[in-house]
Amino acid sequence: MDDTVRHLAFTSEQLEDWDTRLLIFLRTVITSARQLTIEIDLSGLPPGAKRLLSLSEAVPEKTTYAKSAQDFLVTRIGRTAINLFAKIQETATFTGEIILAFVNLLIGKSPFRARDFFYFVQACGAESLPIVSLIAVLVGVILSFVGAVQLQMFGAQIYVANLVGLGMVLEMGALMSGVIVAGRIGAAYAAQLGTMQVNEEIDALRTIGISPVGFLVLPRMLALMLMLPLLCIYADIMGILGGSVIGVTMLDLSLIEYLEQTRKTLHLSQCGQGLLKSSVFGVLIGYAGCLRGMQCGRSALAVGEATTSAVVTSIVLIVVSDSIITFIINS
Amino acid sequence: MTISAPAITVKALTMAYGSFVLQRDLNFTIAQGDIFVIMGGNGCGKSTLLRHMLGLKPPASGSIWYGEENFWELPDDGQARILRKTGILYQTGALWSSMTLAENIALPLLHYTDLPPAIIRELVSFKLSLVGLAGFEEFYPAELSGGMRKRASLARAIALDPDFLFFDEPSAGLDPISARILDELILELRESLGATLIIVTHELASIYAIATNSVFLDANSKTMLATGNPKTLLRECTNATVVNFLTRGTGNREVRTV
Repeated sequence: MDDTVRHLAFTSEQLEDWDTRLLIFLRTVITSARQLTIEIDLSGLPPGAKRLLSLSEAVPEKTTYAKSAQDFLVTRIGRTAINLFAKIQETATFTGEIILAFVNLLIGKSPFRARDFFYFVQACGAESLPIVSLIAVLVGVILSFVGAVQLQMFGAQIYVANLVGLGMVLEMGALMSGVIVAGRIGAAYAAQLGTMQVNEEIDALRTIGISPVGFLVLPRMLALMLMLPLLCIYADIMGILGGSVIGVTMLDLSLIEYLEQTRKTLHLSQCGQGLLKSSVFGVLIGYAGCLRGMQCGRSALAVGEATTSAVVTSIVLIVVSDSIITFIINS
Repeated sequence: MTISAPAITVKALTMAYGSFVLQRDLNFTIAQGDIFVIMGGNGCGKSTLLRHMLGLKPPASGSIWYGEENFWELPDDGQARILRKTGILYQTGALWSSMTLAENIALPLLHYTDLPPAIIRELVSFKLSLVGLAGFEEFYPAELSGGMRKRASLARAIALDPDFLFFDEPSAGLDPISARILDELILELRESLGATLIIVTHELASIYAIATNSVFLDANSKTMLATGNPKTLLRECTNATVVNFLTRGTGNREVRTV
């Protein structure tokens, strides 16, 4: 703008229609005019536009919620460390509360509701059976396919039974049932507890002096710890059956022959290894699901995050703990 | 009731989330039998103050006294003894969604008393009939309307015949008629229970209709601006923010009750 301009006025008689873009344009013009100390006359503008302009200028600066400027790197590292420490503290407290609630349950002082417990037993156990059957049978089929192609080259197709039996019992039964339950139950726990957090139901329990851990978390975790090993055994059996279908239909083995070979291969200690794993998985899934649910913030978004986080945490914990147990047992 | 007036004293209380201070230097007294209103604009820390008083969140500094006892210095069983004498109506109702109304109301009774099941059943249906929900024992919270849920939650709050009844925005989400019915119910219950009521609200109609004492929290100055009977405050308070709030920004100092 030229320095000689002293006065700025508007005319809008020709203007038929206008929207917010006009206001934004006007604001830019007015701001730069003010910087150049040009006198502004708004009287030519449509009355509505004038009112909106003055409204938009009347908004006071919010001081209370002003975002702090970008922090120095060291400050940010320090803050992250403090947050991490708080997280660890929170997790440790939760673990302690669970142990305490369990002790209270053993001495009969816990507000444990048997009905809740059996409801979760049904949800984790019986209602998981169809999906576990499907997955376990298919895993058995896959294992036996993979083995059959190789073993047929040596005419050793009977050893498919060994492969499938050991594979299911040592590893796949526990792993597959664990992953399914993490998705079905771990996520459900996190969502249930998270929603209860949002609805202040957990506060309501606390204020009448009932420990939410004893009342809500313990029955959920115990049900899972009890049901997952049973699901694992079931998955083992279904996997072996799935393998036998391939053995009988494609490898010309008789069912008796196949099952007898499986029986000879498997020892009780190997079944124990799978059971040990699934017991550990049960604790981890229940723990991750309930922890994420109890840590949940007070919004719908937070419930979604808690659910996702519960599943991801469970699956990571399952795989990591699986490799640790396998390593310890085999070394 | 064994506690003599004053029933609750808040001394030099500071509320904060991390380094963000919500309110500082809160000092006020709630006398026994008061209907005490905590008022103030959105985000000034009313609900947080309630959480401090109910033992859900320790304050950053300062103390809350129930009678002669400093709540946050008490051991767990001491806090539990005080909480045993409180009832809370949460903003969302907060009924336990996996339980029927009867189970919701029975849970505090089962937890704190050794009453036989038959008596608990009677108590539950009596409390439900007090709030006008007789016969709804076997309903789940999700099957009720918002107003019914609030009333059921009130029945749960009075399950243990509390000395202190806390309300977090009792009329939030209710139509004016239901809100007034709830107000009347609250008043009636106070008269019959002899309880001290602490209510968080910014519903002016309710404030003038029921409050006998109040405290006004302000989000900008981050402290309380006034305490006393809201009608007296309306006439005599000189603080512009308080007057602005109490007159709904009109400056007209006449009491408007519904």
